[in-house]
Amino acid sequence: MLKVRNLESGYGKLRVLKRISLHVNPGEIVTLIGANGAGKTTLLATISGLIPARAGEIILRDREITRVKAEKIVELGCSLVPEGRQVFATMTVRENLVLGGYIQHKKGNREFLRELDYIYELFPVLAERQNQLAGTLSGGEQQMLAMGRALMAKPALIMLDEPSTGLAPLIVKNIFAIISKMREAGNTVLLIEQNAKAALKIADRGYVLETGKIILEGPAEALLANRDVQRAYLGRDLARP
Amino acid sequence: MYWHQEKECINRDDLKQLQLERLQATLFRVATHVPFYRQKFKELRVDPDGFRSLDELRALPFTTKQDLRDNYPYGLFAVPLRDVVRVHSSSGTTGQATVVGYTGNDIKTWASLTARVLTAAGVTKDDVVQIAFGYGLFTGGFGLHYGAELVGASVIPISSGNTRRQLQIMQDFRTTALVCTPSYALLLADTIEEMGLSLNAFSLKYGLFGAEPWSEAMRQEIQKKLNIIATDNYGLSEVMGPGVAGECQQRQGLHVNEDHFLFEIIDPQTLEPVPPGEMGELVITTLTKEAFPVIRYRTRDLTRLIEEPCPCGRTLRRIERITGRTDDMLIVKGVNVYPSQIENIIFEIEGTRPHYQIVVEREDRIDKISVLVEVVESIFFDEMRKQREIIETIKQKLASELGIGVEVRLVEEKSLERSEGKAKRIIDRRRL
Repeated sequence: MLKVRNLESGYGKLRVLKRISLHVNPGEIVTLIGANGAGKTTLLATISGLIPARAGEIILRDREITRVKAEKIVELGCSLVPEGRQVFATMTVRENLVLGGYIQHKKGNREFLRELDYIYELFPVLAERQNQLAGTLSGGEQQMLAMGRALMAKPALIMLDEPSTGLAPLIVKNIFAIISKMREAGNTVLLIEQNAKAALKIADRGYVLETGKIILEGPAEALLANRDVQRAYLGRDLARP
Repeated sequence: MYWHQEKECINRDDLKQLQLERLQATLFRVATHVPFYRQKFKELRVDPDGFRSLDELRALPFTTKQDLRDNYPYGLFAVPLRDVVRVHSSSGTTGQATVVGYTGNDIKTWASLTARVLTAAGVTKDDVVQIAFGYGLFTGGFGLHYGAELVGASVIPISSGNTRRQLQIMQDFRTTALVCTPSYALLLADTIEEMGLSLNAFSLKYGLFGAEPWSEAMRQEIQKKLNIIATDNYGLSEVMGPGVAGECQQRQGLHVNEDHFLFEIIDPQTLEPVPPGEMGELVITTLTKEAFPVIRYRTRDLTRLIEEPCPCGRTLRRIERITGRTDDMLIVKGVNVYPSQIENIIFEIEGTRPHYQIVVEREDRIDKISVLVEVVESIFFDEMRKQREIIETIKQKLASELGIGVEVRLVEEKSLERSEGKAKRIIDRRRL
């Protein structure tokens, strides 16, 4: 699905990603965990074409997209749900979803409505509030709307940037349950999270990102059992007196 | 039958991506946590963060057995000892012992890889597996034990030794799969004959043999005598233990678990890669080991890479059976002689037993090589003419294979030392 090899990028003189290689297989949830400033968001922004890659290659479904424009990348099947939701506050829930499905809409109404049904099924609360202004939704609901909006483009790969940020624990649990459901429905997910434990619990595989480099790759359960990961990201103090 | 089809039949491009990712992460870890590698990278001006393609592997430093010894016991561990849940030590067949460690994850990976090897050899949850490898510091017993349990087989951890008891249990417990060294399998087969037991009293179907080099002729002999499918498997404690590579039922070479180990074949003299398919020394880089990763470990084992795809459907490439060790290689009168060459010839001769010993001596500064071969009783006692014939045939064949003259002596059946563990095939009496 997605292959990234030796990717480098950054802002101005700042080299954020030093040499990233990772891949996502079809139907997988892959999570990338790392501390603040490790380069997680930069990585997603580079894959989405929002920041240019300085070196390396990004291959989406056997097609190199390293220098492809952001809007074209969405069309090629890769959607990003940015951190902090960024829904259109003054538009209704339904209008937000319609915008997300712009590409599908071009293909015909029936396909589009089927997708909308899928979204309402996945997020029943969005169906309930379809005519409400997005700005009046709670944080959790806005997160769901942002995910729903991305899914409306029927992406082959959906990338989620910190979906749990600023949400109450119960809502976080709900969001992660929905991500698991998305995989069951055949979606492929690249999930970036600071909440490493919750992310690894629903993921198939994971990568650990540290100061712009991947330092560990493996099955999610192996990363959960890795002592370095436990010490650094799972908040488990293993030091003995 | 596959244990992990998704990985064993992986698309080669996907495999390369996975290998690159894992190697990059491994290089980061060894450069950060193992002073030995940090130092080596510095000396060779290798930037572990600059590694971008598997083709750059050749720029990385080798690791040798001596490096392991120099860092005895824990110097090469990449995690603190409190993260290590198991320690094994190599038998030290050729010198001082070395120590290796495993994290909890390493143990799980190890079990899954030996499970692959066992499954490829035919073992399923319905089998009763008798593990006659030593349990202890040696990795053979424990390595295959955990894999067999993971497969769901019934495991008999009998360990090595006590041949008669092995056979008793093999009959009583209805063992279907035997795990041991090939020479021990032959010893068991001979003992069955000697005790006058009937093969019908046994339920054996499969044999998984490893831990020492053996020949195709030896396989045929074991398969015939025990009426089993005998497969070869390979591993070494410095890299992990058994589970590094194993044959499928095609029995045409050992599939390497390439998603966990990177293989190279080099010329042991020039240290350059040999042309594809040619014989050389196997060099292994671990891709997923946490506690004890090694970069370009020189195994001293001789083999060649088989590029052709295997009919079994696995895309993991194969190596040929290990034909010897670079340090088993005898240089006699300036000629390289591998014990396996001699073994192959002896096995082809009617009337000989699969036991032999190679003795090298030096008389008046001239090397002399002689081979002691066991022959069946009837020939040894009665047929002088037949004896001379056998000696002549072996001599001629060896001379044409090796290009040097070899003394051949026939000895009585069972007069050569039998092994319960690894066979002692070579006696070098030269004082160099």
